[in-house]
This record gives sequence, structure tokens and C-alpha cells, in this order.
Amino acid sequence: MKLKNLLIGASVVAVSATTALAQDMTIVSWGGAYSASQQAAYHDPYMAANPGVNIINDESSNEAVAKLRAMAEAGNITWDVVDVVAADAIRLCDEGLAMVIDPATMLAAAPDGTSAADDFGDLMVSECYIPSIVYSTTFGYRTDLVGDTPPTSVCDVFDLVNYPGQRSLEKRPINNMEWALLCDGVAAEDVYDVLETDEGIAQAFAKLDTIKDSVVWWSAGADTPQLLADGEVIMGSTYNGRLFALIEEQGQPVAMLWDAQVYDIDGWIIPAGLSPERQQAALDYIFFATDTQRLADQAKYISYGPARASSAPLVGLHATLGIDMAPHMPTDPANATNTFLYNYAWWADYRDDLDAKFQAWLAQ
Amino acid sequence: MSDATTTGPVLAADGTPLKKSLSKALRRQKIRALMLIAPLLLFVTVTFILPIGDMLFRSVENEIVSNILPRTVVELDSWDSTSGDLPDEAVYAALAADLLIAVENRTHIKVGIRLNYELSGMTSLFKKTGRVVDDFDPDLTFAEQFIDIRDDWGEVETWQTIQMYSSVYTNGYFVSAIDMRKGPDGLERLPDGQRVYITSMIRTLVMTLAITLLCLIIGYPVAWLLANLPMAKANLLMILVLLPFWTSLLVRTSAWKVLLQKQGVINDVLVWIGIISDDSRLAMINNQAGTIITMTHILLPFMILPLYSVMKGIPPTYLRAAKSLGATNWTAFWRVYFPQSVPGIGAGAILVFILSVGYYITPELVGGPSGKFLSNWIAEFVLARPNWGLAAALGAILLGLVMFLYVLYDKIVGIDNVKLG
Repeated sequence: MKLKNLLIGASVVAVSATTALAQDMTIVSWGGAYSASQQAAYHDPYMAANPGVNIINDESSNEAVAKLRAMAEAGNITWDVVDVVAADAIRLCDEGLAMVIDPATMLAAAPDGTSAADDFGDLMVSECYIPSIVYSTTFGYRTDLVGDTPPTSVCDVFDLVNYPGQRSLEKRPINNMEWALLCDGVAAEDVYDVLETDEGIAQAFAKLDTIKDSVVWWSAGADTPQLLADGEVIMGSTYNGRLFALIEEQGQPVAMLWDAQVYDIDGWIIPAGLSPERQQAALDYIFFATDTQRLADQAKYISYGPARASSAPLVGLHATLGIDMAPHMPTDPANATNTFLYNYAWWADYRDDLDAKFQAWLAQ
Repeated sequence: MSDATTTGPVLAADGTPLKKSLSKALRRQKIRALMLIAPLLLFVTVTFILPIGDMLFRSVENEIVSNILPRTVVELDSWDSTSGDLPDEAVYAALAADLLIAVENRTHIKVGIRLNYELSGMTSLFKKTGRVVDDFDPDLTFAEQFIDIRDDWGEVETWQTIQMYSSVYTNGYFVSAIDMRKGPDGLERLPDGQRVYITSMIRTLVMTLAITLLCLIIGYPVAWLLANLPMAKANLLMILVLLPFWTSLLVRTSAWKVLLQKQGVINDVLVWIGIISDDSRLAMINNQAGTIITMTHILLPFMILPLYSVMKGIPPTYLRAAKSLGATNWTAFWRVYFPQSVPGIGAGAILVFILSVGYYITPELVGGPSGKFLSNWIAEFVLARPNWGLAAALGAILLGLVMFLYVLYDKIVGIDNVKLG
């Protein structure tokens, strides 16, 4: 009798749990400070406006392509909205794992009436992708360890005479090959044409060879900030938001070197194959979270530039530090005097090949 | 038995032949035993054998090309790839028909991604072609129009690649996994600067063996102490062994970073005592040394614990007896104690070896460019850069390698000689 009551009770709980689940929305992102900024700028206001929705955070963006593929194969997609970098978004769209977005009907127009497509402009690099921020991979250096003339050009990274000491670079060919060629006299617009040839690859490796013994290779975005803080390296590449945290929040003697910063985009996709209700809910969230004001709000918490042109004038002060955020944005005119745009289509073609060559070069 | 055959079958109490009733009882017992382990068997099959089998199967599976481009594959079959001529118009027409359907299903770029593993540029070739495939002009030849979209359709190499990878099963992933390439005239080795996996396999094995050996050298005396100290001291020592074991792997790895780096604790101390000068600090991390030191520390408990449990079972009287019969300390240890501890060494060595051969987080964090294990590649091809076929091929090779070493070990040491407790 007791057992029966227990079973009835359990099934009641189970039923009510499933009805509660119907309003859950799983949003996948990167975790850490980045997810925190999204929570404050997007999730909290959205849940306040829609009391029926409960947003669950999942920190799997690193493995989004692999996991979405596995979910699609299993026929059970448990994610509703996924934050990915542009290269992954293109890949997911190409594989049919992300849903195609119509900016005219699914995204909010700018306050002045500019259509969403125009507002995002060139940043809509895939038809499945809704960009939210522009970030850059750039260098930071230790102000106390570089002597009296701080580095001003990305080529100072390759200058061991004036800037002796270790530097950190990412353990993959992307960005490093481009910087090597730029500093070996190749014009920015020719970089990818040169890199397509075997001689061009050899040229980039030859340039990287000149500093190879002084390089610490990183694989996680947190590595370079830590290495800089420890004085293990005198300069190193990483994402600009990480350097902002190191400089402004932790007060380390580090400064930014914005020269030849490589722009990249981060944003949302909605997985293909969601049920109509869940798809509708995801679209509703996306409409809210990618409007002009929301994108500007995120910049209060983290130093990444909003992807909409109309958001830029609305960027204000940091939520807790109270400093003006605009000069810390990669898109700020003073920082963006010399920028390099990462070529997604080119890397989609050559990454398999170049990664193998790069790793072979590293192991030599 | 011979008695029964000459005088007719022996009967059981109920009149059935004893043999039959016996086998019936045995069968019932077997079924009952099977039912008892059925949940476990089912669990292991569903959660372990099937998924691994499915994953390994991907290393040879290659249905994608013939599924998405069925007509092209059929037409291309008769084309002679070594002739140096482009395939004829029928092939181009078949490709146009296949692509029309593929674009509608949004599957055409998938083929491009698959073929891009073999020939760079295929992803964008299929992407670009897919965009304009609706606009073909029936008055012109398809060959012309394809080549017009992109020159690559006029390259023999493009068609060779499609033909080579059009079969339902392929050895292509395994070929890539051993640093080779399929050419029109058979297998060829990749040029010198591009071979990565074989080097990585050899390095993985050498470093894993070094780690196992180091664990044994460091762990053996510790286990001996644990087994022979008085209880109170042994317990304290045991806690010291287990404490790091309970600490998160990432925490321990990061701690080693702090200790080993150039501006780290160990280098600072060495400079302070004056053993090394400030500008010749030792590079102990982001290289193989870092991986070996860190992984030895992480895996040490897996060596100490089996050793300890075996040593605990060796009666101390044996050593005393040996000595009282005139053996020196060394002889007593080497001839009497050590042989009895070999099962523990076997168990510890296998545990450490198997665990470290599959490690990838620690090598990734402290290994630097020269410390990359084969499992790092597998992780990369599963997670970061999805090429599951190649990941499966590398995984199958690693599995095969470990199994081969296991058999070798069984031949040399004997697997019956391994004791976990």
C-alpha cells in the first residue's frame, strides 16, 4: 500500500516535471566571464519579461560541432540556441545542422528602421548565423619587461634583438601564418594567395622558425594572460577580452598591442530539426537578444564590440568598474587602424592540410 | 560410462535417462546464470561494445559520396583515371543531376567536406557550384559550364579524388593515419615535413614506457615502506599517497605548471641557491620533460596501490629466514622478496601504461609542441575539427597497438602473474 502511494506520488512529480521542462530553454555558450555577460545582458532580462521561460546554461560551445552532429545522428536535439564562432557556424550550416535564418522576418530592425541585414552588414558570414560580438585575437605585452620602447607593430613579435624573451602564440596555424607573412613583407591583400602555394607556406614557416625557440604555444584562451601575469612571456597573443580583464580588472602591468589584430565573430545559431514550438521559442529569444540595445548592453560586462553598427553609439560604462568601454573595443577607431580580417572560406578549404603541416613543423 | 552403454541407459528417479535429465538440469543452471548476468551483459553491450564498434566502423565507412552523388559515381566508374583525359560529358551531366537534388536537400557541401580531407579546396568547390547549379543552360555542354564555374572541374586530380573515394568502404582514413596518401598509382608516403601520426605514435609509446618505468622506480620503495612501516606511520604515508589521488587532475596539472615554468618555483629556488644563473633557467615545461614529470606524478598511485597490496601479502618472515640462512641483504631482497612482488609490478605497470597511453588533457596542457600524444590527435579530430573517420582510424590503430603489447606482455611475463590485490 505504502509502495503504491509512493509510486503514484513519484509519477505525479514526474508529470509535473515534464510540464516544467516544456518551458526550459537550453542555451549553449563558452562559460566563464563570457557566459556571465550574456546572463546579465540577455538571459536575465528575457526571463524577467517571459516568466514562463527558464534558461539553462550549457558550457559546450567548444565542442558544439561534434555534439550537434552526434545529437542529429541520435535524432534527439537537446539544445535550443547555441553560441559559436563564425567558422563553426559556417560548418554547421554547411552540414545542414543549423537552421537558415531570414533576417528580414526573424531579427529586429535597428531603432532608426535600418533592416537587420544592413545593420549587421558583412558580419553575417553565413545564412544560419546571427552575429552578436566582434572580438579580436591580438597581442598583449608586459610593460615592465620590454624595455624603454614598447612594441608598436605586430612584427616586433618576430624581433628577438630588441625584444628578447619568450612570447606565446596559439598552437594552430590560423593567425600565426598570416602574421608571419605580413611581417615577411607580404601585403595584407595577398596573404591568402601566397599561403595557397607551397612556397608561401614554406615562407611563413621560415619566418616562424626565427622565433620558434622562444615561443610558448597555447591552446586555451586563459593561457596567455596567466603566462603574462607570471612573467613567463613578455608578449603573447590571445582574445582581447582576456587582456582587458588582465589589465583593467586585475591591474597587471600589461598593455595592448592592437596592430594587425585579427577580427573574428561570435554569435548564435539555432539547431536544425527542433520541434516547431521549441523553434518558435528559440526564435523569440534570438529576436530579443540580438536587438540593438541588448548588444550594446553586453559591452557593459565584457570588452567585445557589438556586431550591429547601430549598437556602437550606445556602448557605455563598464557595469562595475565604471570605465568607458568604447576605447577597449576592438572596433574602436583608434584600435582599428590596422586590422586583418580572417578569411573563413579560405580556412575551410585549407585547414585540414595546413593543420597537418603546422603540427609536423612544430614537432620538428 | 562404458557400463551404461553396454547395459542400456541409466535412468533417473523419474524414469528419464540420467544423461538427459542431467543435461536438462545443467542447462537450467546455465540459463539461470545467464539471466543473472543478463542486465550486466546488456549494459556492457549497449553502452560499451555497440558504441565502440560503431565508432570504429566509421574508420572504413564511406557511404557519403555514393549516397549523395549516385549517378556520378556510376558514370565515373568507366573513366580511366590514369589516361590524363577529363571524364566525358555524361559524367558532368550526371553530376549536374546529382547536385540539383543534393542542393535541395542541403547535402552537397557535406560531400565537399568529406572530399576536402583528401584534396584541399573541395569544400569551396562544392559550395560555389551548389550556388549556381540551378542556372545551367541546356544549350551548352555541362563540362564547359562546370569548368566555367571553377577551373578545378577541369583538373584531372579533382575527378581522380572523387573516383577514388566513391566506394562504400574505404581504407583512406587508415592510409592517412599512417602518413600516406592514395595516388592514382597506389600508395605513396607523404613528403618529409608532413608526416605526423607515425611520429606521434612512436612518441606516445616511448613516453608512456618512460612514465611507466619512472612510476615503478619511484613507486616501488614507497610501496615497500607502506607495507613494512608500523601501522600508524604507514597510515599517514598512505594518506599522503591518496591525497593527490583525490585532487582534481586539472588542479594537479596546473600546480605543476606553477612549479616547473621558467619563472616558476623550482627555477626560482635554483637561481636563489646559485646552482643556475638567471638567464639559463631550465626549460622543464611545455616539452616532453614536463609531460613525463606531470604524468608520472598523476599516475603514481596506480603503481603504488597494487604494489602495496601485493607486498602486504608477502610474509616478512621469508626475508628473515633468507638472512638467517646466510643471504646478504641484497640477495635476500633480489632472490626472495622481489620475485614475490612481481605480480604487483605487473598489475601496476599495466594500469599505468594503459591509462597513460590514452591520456590527452595533461599532454595538451603541459606537453608543448613536442609532447603531443596520439590521443590528442584523436580528441582534436572528434571535437575541434570533426573528422570522425580519421579519429576512428587512429583510435583503431591505438587499440590494436595496446592489444598487441598486451599479448606481448602475456608471452613474456604471463598475464596470470598479475595480481591486483
